[in-house]
Amino acid sequence: MSDLELVVTRVDDSVPGVRSLDLATPDGARLPRFVPGSHLVVHLGEEGDRTNAYSLTSDGTDPTAYSISVLRVADGAGGSRWVHDALAVGDRVRARLPRSAFAPVARARKHLLVAGGIGVTPIVSHLRAAARWGREVQVLYAFREGHGAHVDDVLDLCPSAELLVDGPDELLARLRVALREQPVGTHLYVCGPGAMIDAVLAAAADAGWPGSRVHLERFGTDALDPGDPFTVTLARTGRTLRVPSGTSLLEALEADGVAVPNLCRQGVCGECMLPVVSGRPLHRDLFLSEPDKASGRVVMPCVSRADGPSLEVAL
Amino acid sequence: MTAVDSPEDTALASVPTAWEQFPFPFVADQYRYSTNVEPARRPVATPVGRWGTPLVAVDEHYRTELDERAAILAADPSRHAVLPHMRPAAWDACLTLLGELAAAVPHLASLTPVGARGEGRWHWRNDLTGDDLTFTYGDDASLPDEPLRWVCGQVQEDVVLLDQREQLYGDAGVVTFAADWSFGFDVGMSFLEIHGPVPRIHEEGVITRAHDFLMRLQPHAPYRRTNWTLTVGRRLDVATERYHEWGPDRELVQRVDDETFGRLVHLRVEVQHLVRLPDSGAVMFLIRTHLQPLEAIARVEPWRSRAAEVLAELPEDMADYKGIIKYRDRAAAWLRAAGEQ
Repeated sequence: MSDLELVVTRVDDSVPGVRSLDLATPDGARLPRFVPGSHLVVHLGEEGDRTNAYSLTSDGTDPTAYSISVLRVADGAGGSRWVHDALAVGDRVRARLPRSAFAPVARARKHLLVAGGIGVTPIVSHLRAAARWGREVQVLYAFREGHGAHVDDVLDLCPSAELLVDGPDELLARLRVALREQPVGTHLYVCGPGAMIDAVLAAAADAGWPGSRVHLERFGTDALDPGDPFTVTLARTGRTLRVPSGTSLLEALEADGVAVPNLCRQGVCGECMLPVVSGRPLHRDLFLSEPDKASGRVVMPCVSRADGPSLEVAL
Repeated sequence: MTAVDSPEDTALASVPTAWEQFPFPFVADQYRYSTNVEPARRPVATPVGRWGTPLVAVDEHYRTELDERAAILAADPSRHAVLPHMRPAAWDACLTLLGELAAAVPHLASLTPVGARGEGRWHWRNDLTGDDLTFTYGDDASLPDEPLRWVCGQVQEDVVLLDQREQLYGDAGVVTFAADWSFGFDVGMSFLEIHGPVPRIHEEGVITRAHDFLMRLQPHAPYRRTNWTLTVGRRLDVATERYHEWGPDRELVQRVDDETFGRLVHLRVEVQHLVRLPDSGAVMFLIRTHLQPLEAIARVEPWRSRAAEVLAELPEDMADYKGIIKYRDRAAAWLRAAGEQ
């Protein structure tokens, strides 16, 4: 699926350290709809060579703009600094289609939403859907006084939301009580810093919550990561090709004019399987059995890569 | 087409015929179950036309099939179900299918936003049904019927909506053209339970792979697959609920003469689309049933010879599950003989 070409139509710096953006199509056309809790992978930097995932905070049912909120991470890879320092209204950015990996559970009797800091962003879109469909929600939102993003949105959408500004201990103390007050069938959602997520998961487990009722948002675990570069040698001709990070082995072969039968390109159908002559595959497919994977004799080039610098395949 | 007797028929004359859109399912002389999913919307050229670009396909049977669906739903309400938590998914399916139908036949149908942005109001016009109405997304009172049942009066496809929890569950749908299964029996079952009776696919891991795949399906990246069987007569509704009506045909067809056999026995092909709905997050499973008699298949030489090979070679357990074991040998022989004439 091709990238979206978007233009920045609004910049909001009203919360210190957080820049909120609206991204729209250049001609104002409607954008693809998205599931609450979805994130947008945005190409960042002057070259667009870095990507970050940001939760969408707008309404996904008929979007004319995608809204994201970016926390300035001073010691990060530079993507958020670029958003804060360089990006302005009218600038173009590329983004991939929204991806859903933190959706509300339709059958939940109640939704207990726990947000820490900028982790409030997917919770905002959950609250929009909850308001539309009349879902029962309870919100605990912890943030640093004066640095709370989307506080007004949260209170608009859920007037009973509890705002907790006295640090992690206050959140956990409040959560431990809340976890024991929920009707059976409640689902817990948490998004925030890693340490906070871990503490919430531990508290939920301690209160006897089954894992299937607990949902968390960590970026980057959903889509396959771009992987390390490696080289592939075609045994029949001895030719060697580079497979850059972000390019699949199948794509690299096709780009060189090597035809490999394929269907799903997702590691599911088994169509593109190749025999391995030497090197060790890094299996990322759902098709091969565990014994097949352990043997290292075959690889699914649509998703799998080399576990090491090179791979030789029987082509 | 014979006599043109209404504006709708004139409109239907403007779409490719069912024959031109027939999705011949066999890609080799041997058929086995596989996780045969591929990205949707790719056109497939056939010896007689092409299929595959739209998610919902319109052909000359549009009005008769929708009339038949309405009659089936009226006679047997269990062909439709929307469990309470699936109301958002039903609306999502409704809006998605209207958009797909408008994209498939833009000269015959349109979906247009109305009013201020974010209001969720839409205008729907369908020249094939004569519908011209404005509704509000999520407002049940703004449509003449429950949204899923209503939208299934607009498209020829059957629809099942799967809710994603730890697994996928078939919690809503409108299925009036089931091929020897019962939607009413399956409602609320998991995807894996629904496929429990299918031979081979469990041992071979086909079904768990399909399930894993569906769990990861993303919006705006639909996939498709085909499935097939044989049906006696041009009968869309071969649901378990009416087995007593069509089951005896499997005996009857063994005793008819060759000409009648070729006219009665149909290759039944389902084009199944797999769509992650972009608001509710439910998985929408579309089933579009195409039927062509063997006498038509035999007119296309590559189809005739390939279908003959597949039917002759199909293992017993698969032929038994498909309900064709009593007459598939004759069907293979009939197709082979048709090549010698």
